[in-house]
Amino acid sequence: MKILVCISNVPDTTTKIKIAEGNASIDTAGIQWVINPWDELSLTRALELRDDQSTGIKSVTVAHVGPAISEPTIRKALAIGADDAIRVNAESADAYFVAEQLAEAIKKEQFDIIMCGIESSDYNGSVVGGMVAEFLGIPSVSAASAINFEGGVPVITRDIDGGKEIINVPVPFVAIVQKGIAKEPRIAAMRGIMMARTKPIKTLEPVAIEPLTQIVSFEKPAPRSACKFVDAANPGQLIDLLRNEAKVI
Amino acid sequence: MSVLVYTENWDGKFKKLSFELVSYASAVAKMLNTSVTALSIGNVGDDELKKLGNYGAQKILSAHNDQLAVLDNQAYTSVIAEIAGKENASVVIISNNNTGKALAPRLSVRLKAGVGSGVSKLPLSTDPFTVYKRAYSGNAFAHVVIKSGIKILTLAQNSFDLLETPNNAVLEKAEVKVDASFIKTKVKDVNKQTGKILLTDADIVVSGGRGMKSPDNWGPLVELADALGAATACSRPVSDEGWRTHEEHTGQTGKIIAPNLYIAVGISGATQHLAGVSSSKYIVAINTDKDAPIFEAAQYGIVGDAMKILPQLVMALKEIKK
Repeated sequence: MKILVCISNVPDTTTKIKIAEGNASIDTAGIQWVINPWDELSLTRALELRDDQSTGIKSVTVAHVGPAISEPTIRKALAIGADDAIRVNAESADAYFVAEQLAEAIKKEQFDIIMCGIESSDYNGSVVGGMVAEFLGIPSVSAASAINFEGGVPVITRDIDGGKEIINVPVPFVAIVQKGIAKEPRIAAMRGIMMARTKPIKTLEPVAIEPLTQIVSFEKPAPRSACKFVDAANPGQLIDLLRNEAKVI
Repeated sequence: MSVLVYTENWDGKFKKLSFELVSYASAVAKMLNTSVTALSIGNVGDDELKKLGNYGAQKILSAHNDQLAVLDNQAYTSVIAEIAGKENASVVIISNNNTGKALAPRLSVRLKAGVGSGVSKLPLSTDPFTVYKRAYSGNAFAHVVIKSGIKILTLAQNSFDLLETPNNAVLEKAEVKVDASFIKTKVKDVNKQTGKILLTDADIVVSGGRGMKSPDNWGPLVELADALGAATACSRPVSDEGWRTHEEHTGQTGKIIAPNLYIAVGISGATQHLAGVSSSKYIVAINTDKDAPIFEAAQYGIVGDAMKILPQLVMALKEIKK
């Protein structure tokens, strides 16, 4: 069996986001790009499954849609332990565009499990994984917080409102993963970084497809009013403010 | 033309979330000068279904079929897409919860409809159709134009007030054919939380961070939550340390919540934590460090020792209830 992990690159999660002149984009100067946190957890779990001989998983490939400038992110995934990579050479136009590019790349090879993070920390869309599954016409399991193998068959835990379901779906399927899928993201070791230099990255040209959405502008969140401090000697005053001023309790 | 809203049920009952969705759909329909059809899938009684009419649904469709007892993303997508076609829907509205995140993207491809995901207010305009959504994990908001003929919007939880209207709804059964062989999802086991207020549903949340110092110190925090009818949450280090379960982790990679009141106790307020709670209507911070960034996000704060403050807050609440 083979796993494909879709990865996106996003500004480091501690970045102070600044909006560029004209408000049409963010200011990317000085931004450190990292693998989207959920994708990193997803890659970690894929590698754990590959390294466990009993699963029968032979390889982990990563796929990314982005221009050549995003190759360091792919190399990082290879350094962490992915076997090879696919890059679709296109600027991301919207989620629909990216999902279709990924689906076309996936059709060229045979993958059994396709893993996508539930959300990217930049556009917060939570849609690419489900779109890929629909383009491919295969099952999807969303909000997956565990993937294990029992008797050679994948068993997935998905979160539902107020609980969890343990489910089976036949391969191939798309697992849209979230927190819990792996404990800590795996970190690249020196040997991995050396090896990543020679691992293959296949570059594909994009298929022509019209995006369905377009970001026209960004704005900063409205500033919050200054914090009103209550004396620690009289915490009861807080209850009074919450009741009579904010009216939330 | 119509606005179609998918209203999920939990064991045959709707939640506040369902009524928020219908209220929102009804406001969108008003902007487009059209009507709202609510679609329910599963076994829901007529009295419960009729409640959707109180928030502006003119037509309520109930699709009940044994094959739909389990959420199979492909089967549900087919049903919603079929109804969207029959109702000539120009906008389809779903929650941005786990179910919505599972269905909206599949529906998008099926209907070739652009998605505005996690919207938190009404569209900014209908021509071009522009929505307002969270981006960069709450550090920015984006204006997104949806260019397709059909639009899908997923609504962030607790972001739209309920709007009651006179009920003139028509209830109809939706005939849907689902072949058993089509269902790929097999549920082996279900593990439901019972008797607890769900974090994502809660109006008030009391949350603890590393400043709580030890998992043994959670008693007063839970007492405050109980006194307020609140859910409990925690920061990432707390769940990583195993002091509290992962289900309670709020923040960028954990749960993203928007309660009316979020009380952060012993949480310094790292960017990643704020990403999960910044849409809360009010934030209260209790922290020993007066320079902690959480006070910049909070409207009310107390600088001091939580172990002393929490019991006094519980006492003050009990005084009021007397």
